[in-house]
Amino acid sequence: MGSVYRARDLHFPNVTKLVAVKEMINTALDPLVRQTIVQNFEREANLLATLHHPAIPKIYDYFSLESRSYLVLEFIHGKDIEAIINDASGFLLEELVLSWAIELCDVLDYLHKHKPDPIIFRDMKPSNVMINLNGEVILVDFGIAKAFQSGSKGTMIGTEGYSPPEQYRGEATPLADIYSLGATIHHALTRRDPRLEPPFSFAERPIRRINPSVSAELETIVNRALEYEPANRFKSAAEMKDALISAARKTGMLSRMANQTGPVLKSDGIKPLWSFKCEDEIRGTPAISQGILYIGSYDNNLYALDAAEGKFQWKYPADGGIVSRPVLTDGNVYFGSEDKRLHVVSARSGKVVWTYYTDGPIRSSPRIAEGHIFIGSDDNHLHAVNLTTGRLAWRFEMPDAIRSTPFVMNELVYVGCESGDYYAINFRGEMKWRFRAKRAITSSTVGMGQAIYFSSVDSALYALDPRNGWVLWRFRMGKASISSPCVVDDLVFVGAADGFIYAVEARSAKEVWRFRTEHQVNGSPVIYKDSLYCGSVDGNLYCLEYRTGRLRWKFSTDGAITGTPLVNDDVVYIGSTDHKVYALLA
Amino acid sequence: MDKFFSWLFGKRAAPTKTLDTANTAPLTEQQLQAIVANQNPHFDLQQLVSAGGQSVGKQRELNEDSLLALTSTMAGNSGNLPFGLYIVADGMGGHQFGEVASNAAIRTFAGYVIRKFHPYLFQVKTDSMDESFQEIMLAAINESQRIIQREAPGSGTTLTAALVVGQQITIAHVGDSRAYFIYPDGRIETITRDHSLVQRLQELGHITAEEAENYPHRNVLYKALGQGDILDPEIFTLAFPQPGTLMICSDGLWGVVAEQDIIRSVNEAPSLQRACQNLVTAANLAGGPDNISVVLAQLIG
Repeated sequence: MGSVYRARDLHFPNVTKLVAVKEMINTALDPLVRQTIVQNFEREANLLATLHHPAIPKIYDYFSLESRSYLVLEFIHGKDIEAIINDASGFLLEELVLSWAIELCDVLDYLHKHKPDPIIFRDMKPSNVMINLNGEVILVDFGIAKAFQSGSKGTMIGTEGYSPPEQYRGEATPLADIYSLGATIHHALTRRDPRLEPPFSFAERPIRRINPSVSAELETIVNRALEYEPANRFKSAAEMKDALISAARKTGMLSRMANQTGPVLKSDGIKPLWSFKCEDEIRGTPAISQGILYIGSYDNNLYALDAAEGKFQWKYPADGGIVSRPVLTDGNVYFGSEDKRLHVVSARSGKVVWTYYTDGPIRSSPRIAEGHIFIGSDDNHLHAVNLTTGRLAWRFEMPDAIRSTPFVMNELVYVGCESGDYYAINFRGEMKWRFRAKRAITSSTVGMGQAIYFSSVDSALYALDPRNGWVLWRFRMGKASISSPCVVDDLVFVGAADGFIYAVEARSAKEVWRFRTEHQVNGSPVIYKDSLYCGSVDGNLYCLEYRTGRLRWKFSTDGAITGTPLVNDDVVYIGSTDHKVYALLA
Repeated sequence: MDKFFSWLFGKRAAPTKTLDTANTAPLTEQQLQAIVANQNPHFDLQQLVSAGGQSVGKQRELNEDSLLALTSTMAGNSGNLPFGLYIVADGMGGHQFGEVASNAAIRTFAGYVIRKFHPYLFQVKTDSMDESFQEIMLAAINESQRIIQREAPGSGTTLTAALVVGQQITIAHVGDSRAYFIYPDGRIETITRDHSLVQRLQELGHITAEEAENYPHRNVLYKALGQGDILDPEIFTLAFPQPGTLMICSDGLWGVVAEQDIIRSVNEAPSLQRACQNLVTAANLAGGPDNISVVLAQLIG
């Protein structure tokens, strides 16, 4: 244990010469042990003083004072790679990491070729590599030998995320440094700290799955450095350096430093099966029944289109925009409008069956259960309306507008409100329990097994116990979310205003992957077969592999997408604020 | 139950001529037990029950294990919320105070959790809790880590804790103590993953289960409470198995007694207390090489 001080060298009184003074405290009680430690320290200082490489700090002096030993060395202006990773808002540029890797191979090669004995650095990790103001790498913290602590049980505890498997056998070879360098590059490229992952699990986190912008060439090199068996790694740092340089040449990276290009997968190649243009923006979500697609528009109409060809069937004019999702049952279409009404029209003819008035615009979608329609309104009430008579059964007052869609499970209605309050209400209209988020809950609830999930404008995705409203977990996102989660295979998916689509483990709230879009994700993801479909305000509909978050394709529209896609029979339907609804092959 | 009655009453109702002279034999112990076992008693009140067992083992002088079982029942018109906290901690470090570490871990952890829940459980009118179960468990782990590093620097401990609220179990886990679900039909499910090197190598397929048995560094943990700067515990929430039993134990039990024997001990014992005793006895009969700790809990009704 010890500290590093920033000190001024007073041998040069007229200028400010900064040096780093590294202090090591000798805690051994036994005098013989103490003496050995001091001797080791001095031998190491002498060794370091003979090394000459731009990536190794210069040694000026060393001394011991009572129980402390000091090393005086070059002061490095800069930042270590761990800090650089943590301070960056996104992934580091591959070119940058590649140039560091080449320089690190160079210094490792220098150390490994040291005569008479090779020097093993032993502790390659991002926090031990400084990047100085010229962008050059400098290795710091030589000679840390401590790797294990042993106890009486024979229990040893190693906490190294960058160390190779053979370190547990006490072996330190140049190949161990190569593994640790691989681990360091992996961390820098993926932002996944290996100390937070199970040991030797790099293979489970392929670089390009996390950061698809990295070239396959670099990924292959890092994988080879991280081979479990030392014999399968690069034979020397020099060999790895050659591989890195040729990868940089092959991908043209050396010549186009900092020229960022994202992965473009068939983004232009996708042609819609059909599209249909309304007279204003589409912000809502379509529904389908018996080959007919129903979708509302800001032009106040609900449209019925032939799902196969997009041919117009009929439209029904409301007196306000329709921003929600229609629901079909018993041959009727149910939907709310900003004209304050819940409309019920015949699915076949588009003729009105009945309407029900609330005292505010309706942005919530209806939920039908137990012979009732449950729908929220900006009049601060959840309305329970009899399905056949269209009469109010009861309404439940909340502190603010209700824009989320009610969810029904276990004979309870779950709904969030713009005040941040969240209620579980029984079929008699009585509150069972209440929960309060810090900001509005516009997202609609989805329930699966033991939990209900929704997100909030307070930037959290919540998992609650549906019986009593206790919070099982919260998952923090970068910004507010009004996207409604979906759950498949113990994974919860949701979008947020920070532009990401997140996949989170349902039982542990651990992030499995995140995918960055170019703007807010206000619509909701849906899963169909092994793909996730989700729109973004950047105008694209994204199709991702849902287990990995890898981009399959994206489809550009000419306006923000705020609705949720509908997938039916291998066709995706999506509305856009460019006034169009599109049908695409899933 | 119905079977039992129809059998009982059917016999009595059978109109036979020899009725008066028939000898009625008392049920054998085996029959009685079978009947008791087949009865699935229904309680109107859903409640948690638990028991614990511990032994220093046959080969150690010091008990470095600590366990905690806390079970509460609170029911009334406003509802019924089973609440329990179960912890097993296995200290390591001998002269470096392994027993201090495990003891500090269970006390600090439980103290932290109970303090957090106290206002929500024992005040008449409260708002909803603003932290999640998993956040509380994580904070309790971090607090325990801090206390251990202060009170017993250099030592470490495993910790497997289960917080039961309603029908949800939230587990916090570091090290190689384990939590299991044991079902009455004889299935057993390990719900935690050991943070041991040997487990990791097995997961990667670099060594087989057989090699693992004799692996020289069987005891190497890559995560332990009190060790390292960054601790990333496993924290997750599951439904309480119904019917079924939650078991948390140290490696003095799971490393020594075969799974089949564990299942039998739990499922065949007349009570959870007896089941704990049987498990501890089985570990000691197998040599008792290490400290043994076990907690069992069921949610009945």
